[in-house]
Amino acid sequence: MTMQAMIDEWYPVGLFSQLDAAGRGTALMGEPIVVASDADGNAKVTGGNGRVLPVCVRYGHVWSSLGAPKKALFSIPEADQTGRRFVDVGVVRVRCSPLRAVENFLDVAHFPFVHTDILGAEPHTEVQNYKVEIREDVDEVWATQVKFYQPLAAKSASGGITTEYMYRVPAPTCSVLYKTCPPRPSEWDVITLFVQPLAEDLCDVWPWMALFDDTTSLTDLIHFQQTIFLQDRSILENQIPRLLPLDPGLEIPTRADLTSVAYRRWLKRHNYTYGAQLVAQ
Amino acid sequence: MKLYDYILSPSCYKVRLMAALTGVKLELRPVDFHPGAEHRGPELLALNPAGSIPILEDGDLLLTESSAILVYLAAHAAPEWLASNKPEEAARVQQWLSFSGRLTASLGCARLHEMLLRPGDIGALQAQGIAALRELEAGLVEQAERGMRFLAADRPTVADIACFPYVALAPDGGVSLDPYPAIRLWSRAVRALDAFIEMPGIHRLHELKPEPHIELGKA
Ligand SMILES: N[C@H](CCC(=O)N[C@@H](CS)C(=O)NCC(=O)O)C(=O)O
Ligand SMILES: [Fe+2]
Repeated sequence: MTMQAMIDEWYPVGLFSQLDAAGRGTALMGEPIVVASDADGNAKVTGGNGRVLPVCVRYGHVWSSLGAPKKALFSIPEADQTGRRFVDVGVVRVRCSPLRAVENFLDVAHFPFVHTDILGAEPHTEVQNYKVEIREDVDEVWATQVKFYQPLAAKSASGGITTEYMYRVPAPTCSVLYKTCPPRPSEWDVITLFVQPLAEDLCDVWPWMALFDDTTSLTDLIHFQQTIFLQDRSILENQIPRLLPLDPGLEIPTRADLTSVAYRRWLKRHNYTYGAQLVAQ
Repeated sequence: MKLYDYILSPSCYKVRLMAALTGVKLELRPVDFHPGAEHRGPELLALNPAGSIPILEDGDLLLTESSAILVYLAAHAAPEWLASNKPEEAARVQQWLSFSGRLTASLGCARLHEMLLRPGDIGALQAQGIAALRELEAGLVEQAERGMRFLAADRPTVADIACFPYVALAPDGGVSLDPYPAIRLWSRAVRALDAFIEMPGIHRLHELKPEPHIELGKA
């Protein structure tokens, strides 16, 4: 592994709403850090030897970095749209590589088997063709036109619908997904997975949502998303090998999911290998 | 009946599972346990000063112990889930109902620590969890010798439902179930019950493949 390429990225380190002056001890890429609020209520993140780390607060979370971020945190324009509900789903720890947590999030094919009767159901297991690209102008991985039949796509859905998804990877351990918004067909619901790398094989996952849904209670929205993520957790903890395998040599198209191939290619291109292992496949 | 419920809580799942198995309809009142810690807020502390869930309300009755809730549901709708009047069986049901509290305090706390970052001495919690699992394994082996598939009888009782969730979710807290064949068999028997329901991390039994067809007398 090399940490260098990923060290200048922003990572989620806590919920802004839960900051306190006493601070919470956690870790970022192996380094113990403390996330607290200062006298003015601003977020403050301190590294191992007491050094003050960069901080920004966005999407309900506190973000920090062990290095010197070269650009601002990626933007999610929907976060500023009025009428959306913003949901802090809360942290879940997973004993897996942070990169594997993101890769699993990008994969639609597991829905009927892992999220049975919610995000998928047999016999509707087929993933129709969709488009995947690395958008050079923004340097992000995008998958679009992903269509899938879902028995209960969202709390706001009242039955089975064919849902359309777009997936976006704007940072090595973050993914943003856009999916059909049942009450507002012209808009997308936004569901994110922000992953805090504690170590190469251990991460804290902070899901966050920006939804149009005026009827479901906040607690129900949280529980819906936690249910889904907990179904993934046991799968993630049992993946072998723990680290995400990246092929150092020639890219041979595997049978793997297209988005996953693009994600791995993008990681490799940037040397984003904290949580990966380089192996010929 | 109103259940103060959290979808990821094994203790609340005991109640949902028992209700499903006995055909009792529950009104669910979701509690923002994580990240909101609503169970430690004024409204719920007024109902249960212990600051835990499940809480069951039925008219004047307010119950805050899952074992008591299981007994109430069974007595209401399906008394065959309670102990019969055989002294040994009655005692065994009671023994495992009490024992289930040790599973909560060990495997349950290990799970909260590993999953939701609850503080705790993870090594000690896992060690206590393993000790409890060994005791359960031994109990099930003894039952098998008596020709019984479940903890207190040859039919499932409230004792099985009280112990099943934290055991099935032990891997969430970093405790493997691989060393316990009797527990795995028992877990399959519980999951095979009619009207069994899942929770995240506990899967229904997948359809068994049909037996391979062996024709005798032919090459
Ligand atoms: N009274 C016990 C409590 C069960 C229990 O420990 N419930 C957990 C949730 S699964 C809880 O509420 N814990 C309180 C906390 O951890 O703050 C029972 O009903 O079995
Ligand atoms: Fe999933």
